[in-house]
Amino acid sequence: MAGLELLSDQGYRVDGRRARELRKIQARMGVFAQADGSAYIEQGNTKALAVVYGPHEIRGSRSRALPDRALVNCQYSSATFSTGERKRRPHGDRKSCEMGLQLRQAFEAAILTQLHPRSQIDIYVQVLQADGGIYAACVNVATLAVLDAGIPMRDFVCACSAGFVDGTALADLSHVEEAAGGPQLALALLPASGQIALLEMDARLHEDHLEQVLEAAAQAARDVHTVLDRVVRQHVQEASILLGD
Amino acid sequence: MLKSKTFLKKTRAGGVMKIVREHYLRDDIGCGAPGCAACGGAHEGPVLEPQPLDPASSLCPQPHYLLPDTNVLLHQIDVLEDPAIRNVIVLQTVLQEVRNRSAPVYKRIRDVTNNQEKHFYTFTNEHHRETYVEQQQGENSNDRNDRAIRVAAKWYNEHLKKMSAENQLQVIFITNDRKNKEKAIEEGIPAFTCEEYVKSLTANPELIDRLACLSDEGNEIESGKVIFSEHLPLSKLQQGIKSGTYLQGTFRASRENYLEATVWVHGDTEENKEIILQGLKNLNRAVHEDIVAVELLPKNQWVAPSSVVLHDEGQNEDDVEKEEERERILKTAVNEKMLKPTGRVVGIIKRNWRPYCGMLSKSDIKESRRHLFTPADKRIPRIRIETRQASTLEGRRIIVSIDGWPRNSRYPNGHFVKNLGEVGDKETETEVLLLEHDVPHQPFSQAVLSFLPKMPWSITEKDMKNREDLRHLCVCSVDPPGCTDIDDALHCRELENGDLEVGVHIADVSHFIRPGNALDQESARRGTTVYLCEKRIDMVPELLSSNLCSLRSNVDRLAFSCIWEMNHNAEILKTRFTKSVINSKASLTYAEAQMRIDSAAMNDSITTSLRGLNKLAKILKKRRIEKGALTLSSPEVRFHMDSETHDPIDLQTKELRETNSMVEEFMLLANISVAKKIHEEFSEHALLRKHPAPPPSNYEILVKAAKSKNLEIKTDTAKALADSLDRVDSPIFPYLNTLLRILATRCMMQAVYFCSGMDNDFHHYGLASPIYTHFTSPIRRYADIIVHRLLAVAIGADCTYPELTDKHKLADLCKNLNFRHKMAQYAQRASVAFHTQLFFKSKGIVSEEAYILFVRKNAIVVLIPKYGLEGTVFFEEKDKPKPRLIYDDEVPSLKIEDTVFHIFDKVKVRIMLDSSNLQHQKIRMLLVEPQIPGISVPTDTSNMDNSEPERKKKKLQK
Ligand SMILES: [Zn+2]
Repeated sequence: MAGLELLSDQGYRVDGRRARELRKIQARMGVFAQADGSAYIEQGNTKALAVVYGPHEIRGSRSRALPDRALVNCQYSSATFSTGERKRRPHGDRKSCEMGLQLRQAFEAAILTQLHPRSQIDIYVQVLQADGGIYAACVNVATLAVLDAGIPMRDFVCACSAGFVDGTALADLSHVEEAAGGPQLALALLPASGQIALLEMDARLHEDHLEQVLEAAAQAARDVHTVLDRVVRQHVQEASILLGD
Repeated sequence: MLKSKTFLKKTRAGGVMKIVREHYLRDDIGCGAPGCAACGGAHEGPVLEPQPLDPASSLCPQPHYLLPDTNVLLHQIDVLEDPAIRNVIVLQTVLQEVRNRSAPVYKRIRDVTNNQEKHFYTFTNEHHRETYVEQQQGENSNDRNDRAIRVAAKWYNEHLKKMSAENQLQVIFITNDRKNKEKAIEEGIPAFTCEEYVKSLTANPELIDRLACLSDEGNEIESGKVIFSEHLPLSKLQQGIKSGTYLQGTFRASRENYLEATVWVHGDTEENKEIILQGLKNLNRAVHEDIVAVELLPKNQWVAPSSVVLHDEGQNEDDVEKEEERERILKTAVNEKMLKPTGRVVGIIKRNWRPYCGMLSKSDIKESRRHLFTPADKRIPRIRIETRQASTLEGRRIIVSIDGWPRNSRYPNGHFVKNLGEVGDKETETEVLLLEHDVPHQPFSQAVLSFLPKMPWSITEKDMKNREDLRHLCVCSVDPPGCTDIDDALHCRELENGDLEVGVHIADVSHFIRPGNALDQESARRGTTVYLCEKRIDMVPELLSSNLCSLRSNVDRLAFSCIWEMNHNAEILKTRFTKSVINSKASLTYAEAQMRIDSAAMNDSITTSLRGLNKLAKILKKRRIEKGALTLSSPEVRFHMDSETHDPIDLQTKELRETNSMVEEFMLLANISVAKKIHEEFSEHALLRKHPAPPPSNYEILVKAAKSKNLEIKTDTAKALADSLDRVDSPIFPYLNTLLRILATRCMMQAVYFCSGMDNDFHHYGLASPIYTHFTSPIRRYADIIVHRLLAVAIGADCTYPELTDKHKLADLCKNLNFRHKMAQYAQRASVAFHTQLFFKSKGIVSEEAYILFVRKNAIVVLIPKYGLEGTVFFEEKDKPKPRLIYDDEVPSLKIEDTVFHIFDKVKVRIMLDSSNLQHQKIRMLLVEPQIPGISVPTDTSNMDNSEPERKKKKLQK
């Protein structure tokens, strides 16, 4: 049998999207009362949850405290049922640690950490269902949770993945598209300034094509921003109605 | 709008996996009809014609589009490809099913869709909000897809009505499935079978012949008794293969005997590797190259391969009794020991049918529309076709496709595809040999051509990135006369330190052919340029092969250069590779270059450069031969063509000059240098070429033959072989050395491309090099393009791409390239054979000296040095008393009556063209000297009897 056709001659992807289109995004903020901030996101079939605590005093060894800014601690985990094959992953495996570090990198760039010296901000992200674009979903849901916690940020951090098939850049890869093995890129962007908080790439891609793929990822991240912005505004509106403003 | 598709999938480990996939439905997919207001803003532009009125159909006189289902696309692609059929809507559902079921048809339909004149529109119905259907409970995916197709057809008809009230435009659903058609009509969709529709095209009656005749369940048992047993369904076959009841293998029909075939069992089991099938019923409708399942017969029914030659000549197709009698002939007089595992075909796993070339055997019955078609390939059964143009097709080469083989039919059913032309006509015969050797030779498609550089072309600044300007160097090329695709050019100059700088500059084809685009894919598919006697089938479009890539003189050309610094003893001091731009100062022929080197009066820079190269080449060659490289020989011939008729008027063996070997030497050196470099850089996925050492048994014939002339040939190593060949020097028989070398060539294995990560043995036996590749002819070999890309990545001059570093993809590519090269070689031989026939046709009957190359049980194989022609002299003929033949395998010799023949004996033969079989003309050779009464023909040429073959021709034609 022939392999999967990722992009048809008519320009449609396996799931019916065009090259630059995002999957459907649905998100909610404030899903947990106990946490300082929380959010839930669905990007297609990728589902992720984030909770934020802080800023609070440094937990554990005091020596970790930073004199001039807050410590951002990010932890990533994935539910055993999140992928097609159920596999128990030990906590703190290499992949999770790496993901945690990457999240931290993005959020240290966005949170105004200097406002809370010697304190700590915890961001916990869990992926409930994985269907591609895990990193992007984690960043996006964490952004909402941090906003929900009322922690001041320079800007939203919006992330999206992009790939490259038959000379065309595809935005927001699904699992099927990722599994096909082409080059892929994850980009976290501060949309207002256009600053890149994180850029990561798997597999080799020629520099001639990089610009096109990067552009696709950046545009997609800006599209994500539009959606998240709407979610935040709606949340604020609902909250203010509740407060009887 | 969003739909999610959920389905369960079994994983390899046996677990069950739930897969949820998203499926987006859209409302911005256009219908493809021009002037449709509803789809005005759609992504897809209009592709279909507004009011198509032709082809005129008597069934549906109003303008209409066609919407075929999957089976119509799969089986009637010959009809759909006809220029008369236009304005067809291809549904995504249909296209995907085709893609999964037949890669060749999928490719053809894509080519048709890309042809703008055909107006084929692909409608993405699976993602259209109004045409998506969900699989219902209890509905299998085939039924779902059928329903999806009907829903789309219905939607189209309603959608088009909305365009305007008076719009008459219809979408006609074409299906050969009776039930599906009934359902469609019930749902109000105009539907016809492909046959009904094609027959209604009154203006295009010739289309009917191209219809595949598919007997659906209904009329299969319509007439005649059942001859064959049923084929088991695939699921049963797979079960049987798993449990070991059946064996899976490739069916190989015998060329000699139409009632016999062998099946090569797949897998590693040594026993039962080869299974014999005998008799029509056991062959059970399998066709050459099919993948079949066979069942072994009990041992008491085993048979031996028969030595009888049997060709299917019967005209009356239903004489099954007679057939059975023939089968009995096969079984008589068999030696116990000769019995081989014997089986019968129980089912077909995969058909590997292709369009076949051949000729029509017109039915004896006047007015009959059913005729038998005899394929040129004797391994393919005759095919019954229906045609009204039998009298025009008689005596012509035609193409026919098989459609099916019902149980009650002696022959498979097929349909006429194409008329190639008059038999014996040069164009036609060339077409036939290209088709029969599967050489892709259609003109390049529009999609492929779209990736060519726009003319006028010039080197831009961007092209100069990562590129060195070597235009100042005195580069020249040396090629055979009339060469337009110049891949290589050379230079040599003295450096200030007294050393020499030698450069090999190869056309930079990979600069123009970018990975993965249509042009690249097509070149990869073709794999090689095929050179026939008077025709060249290019691997890349002519603009590249003869112009932009060809390193012609006095124009700037992009090149990939391999530059060595050498001392005067031809030892390499430094090697470097670079992309470059060169300006060749002269395009010389071998003879011109030789003349420059030889004439003392010439001392210009080109000549000095050539002399330097020549000097180094001689040292290199000497060193190579010392290491054990073989210089083998094969009789190569060139035809001198008449400039007006293009008929061959003379044959000449190719002449070799010093300059030939000069160019060759540097090409070898460049290939070896590049092979080392890419293997160093990419140990796992370098594309290399190897030439395995032949197993010792291969040399038996050579050793024996030499022994009969009291010579000893050592074959332990290539070096020993080369040395012992060199020692052969007979003053009374100077041609002996060449003959031995020709024989040695026959003992060799085929050199092949391979991926370095998939193999351990890299050795190139013939060249005595531990590593080798092809770098120097990227215009005519695809392997070289890949090697260029690898080298470019290695030196940082170009980018890589995923497929380049995927060793499995590379291994697949090598497989195709090896296949194409083999086929190209066969096609070339067939072309030489055909031109040899033309030559002897005009030349008449001649007698020539010849040497015996092999002796067989009933024949001798001879070589005629004058023409480089090889042929067989048979001593047994039909309808003639058999001579007394004694064959000795040890010496090898053949005694006929009282004369003994040994290998290398000199004989005289008469050569003539035998046209007794129109489809298979051949050169016939008869013995003239030594004279054997009753066997040889008289020496006296004036007494030649020309009429005999003529008479035979008449007799055998029917
Ligand atoms: Zn429309």
